[in-house]
Amino acid sequence: MAGAEFETPELTEFIEVPKLVEGTMEHVTCFVAKPEHQEPLGFPGEKVENWKEVAIDKMGDLLSRYRSFQVFMDACVKCGSCTDKCHYYLGTKDPKNMPVGRQDLLRKVYRRYFTFAGKYFPKLVGAADLTDEVVDEWYSYFHQCSQCRRCSVFCPYGIDTAEISMAAREILDSIGVGQKYCNEIIGKVHKIGNNLGLPGPAIEDTLEGLEEDVYEEDEVAVKYPLDVKGADILLVTPSADFFAEPHVDGLIGYGKVFHEAGVSWTLSTKASEAGNFGMFIGSYENMRRVSLRIREAALELGVKRIVFGECGHAWRVAYSFLNTLAGPFDFLDPDYPVPQHICEFTLNEIEKGTLEFDKSENDDMSITFHDSCNVARATRMGDKPGGQFDIPREVIKAVVNNYHDMEWDTIHERTFCCGGGGGLLTDDLMEVRVKGAKPRMTAFKNVMEEKGVTHLAAICAICKSQFTKVFPYYGMDMFQIVSVHQLVSNAIVLNRKTPPEEAPGYGEDDDDE
Amino acid sequence: MAIEINGKSFETDEEGYLTNLSDWEPGVAEAMAKEDDLELTDEHWEIINFLREYYEEYQIAPAVRVLTKAVGKKLGKEKGNSKYLYALFPYGPGKQACRFAGLPKPTGCI
Repeated sequence: MAGAEFETPELTEFIEVPKLVEGTMEHVTCFVAKPEHQEPLGFPGEKVENWKEVAIDKMGDLLSRYRSFQVFMDACVKCGSCTDKCHYYLGTKDPKNMPVGRQDLLRKVYRRYFTFAGKYFPKLVGAADLTDEVVDEWYSYFHQCSQCRRCSVFCPYGIDTAEISMAAREILDSIGVGQKYCNEIIGKVHKIGNNLGLPGPAIEDTLEGLEEDVYEEDEVAVKYPLDVKGADILLVTPSADFFAEPHVDGLIGYGKVFHEAGVSWTLSTKASEAGNFGMFIGSYENMRRVSLRIREAALELGVKRIVFGECGHAWRVAYSFLNTLAGPFDFLDPDYPVPQHICEFTLNEIEKGTLEFDKSENDDMSITFHDSCNVARATRMGDKPGGQFDIPREVIKAVVNNYHDMEWDTIHERTFCCGGGGGLLTDDLMEVRVKGAKPRMTAFKNVMEEKGVTHLAAICAICKSQFTKVFPYYGMDMFQIVSVHQLVSNAIVLNRKTPPEEAPGYGEDDDDE
Repeated sequence: MAIEINGKSFETDEEGYLTNLSDWEPGVAEAMAKEDDLELTDEHWEIINFLREYYEEYQIAPAVRVLTKAVGKKLGKEKGNSKYLYALFPYGPGKQACRFAGLPKPTGCI
């Protein structure tokens, strides 16, 4: 059942740049999407006969649609700034996992078919024909990129390997060679409404369970409403928040914050997914279809505000693209940001003084914060530069007594990916995930040893799941990862007591007997 | 791929999950567990049976918290947590136990 055997890298004192070893990861591949995963997304079911022609046409189409892609193909001067910045290179030693190496896999084909020099003197300019082998290489190495954009921070031209990976995956999808993990999930969102494929009744049952649990613990009837028309706030959160741990502990926290803030809010079955894997595969059309569900839900429920839960790439799509994809949102209350991050919401309430905390409830932990890539490098929060770094930390510091940052060059815009982002969070890529986590694990281990940190807090569903899985490979405990709003949930004092008739299960006994 | 049990073949996908939920029989769980070097005890079966019942009703595996709560109610509070479930199913209750129970693999950010 387990994937191919591999060795977990040994952690060193510093994040060392390894000597390159060619081909260490060329054996890596992931399950190819079947026709039933491809077709609902508008892609051919399997590799088309004239795949070469289709792929080159698609590349041409993308070059004409995205000016950035054209610039990224042309601008690289091979300066080397990016070479030691990718966590997958640092963890695997494979030069094709250097950002420039990865880009060149696509660039060599671009040069061959779209530049004068490449058409007539291919060998002189590193241009290469598009062959079956090249397609296989694309499939392997563009699924070893988590689209974290760390390399782009250091590139003097701002070349964004994430966008190049997205383009490569879009080309692969267009010839019928898609990735099972992403495409099966996007299909579930189109059909059912979320990545997990949780139907409405299962969400309802889960939320009722949470209400009972919170009541049992705190004797306060905190509600987790679903599909409530006329609520003020629509909360859109990753479906992992319903399903997995520690994600669900964060969801419990959001509900407690809304309860204490005294606002009316609701979740939606139609928009039961914040995540949008359409971005990972570079498909504007699929990204738009996924986003439109949020618009439709907001209109149907008549909400005034949209708040996003803890999900990294969802916040990128929400903050940077939602208005283009599914706007205009002129029907929402203009006094609030569209959309707003749950951390912004919580910090606002803290600043207003509506929330009371007992920080000692978190005294069994010492916390550090992992900046999730898409939040750190592709978005902002609040109205000040760097809000995406400061706001989650301010929320954490308001609810815990013990907080320490990791090394400066591994946080904020220089944060290291968890190793599982960008559509790689699948068991068939476990080797890539474990090795790619090495730089983050190094920084975490150092802050544990130097500052006595015990837990890593995150605001991304993928990061949380990835750490749960990779911690044990590095000798850590899977339960050392926590949700930021889990910390809020632990410390919040529930002062808004509710009348007994609002308690979960009130009156049910009478009906049963 | 397929699992052979007493001459009968059960089709599985590339990740080892049963292709047809309705094909499932207890022997399938036993065979899969054996491949993972696990021996199924009554405790394992409590979980597998619950997963199947829940799936029947909701067409999806239960959320981890729904599962731990049900286990807690049935087997005592000290067992109603994911540590207990991971001790039984080291690859994770969501994935390994679902596979043994013949359920599809849960997908998403989990």
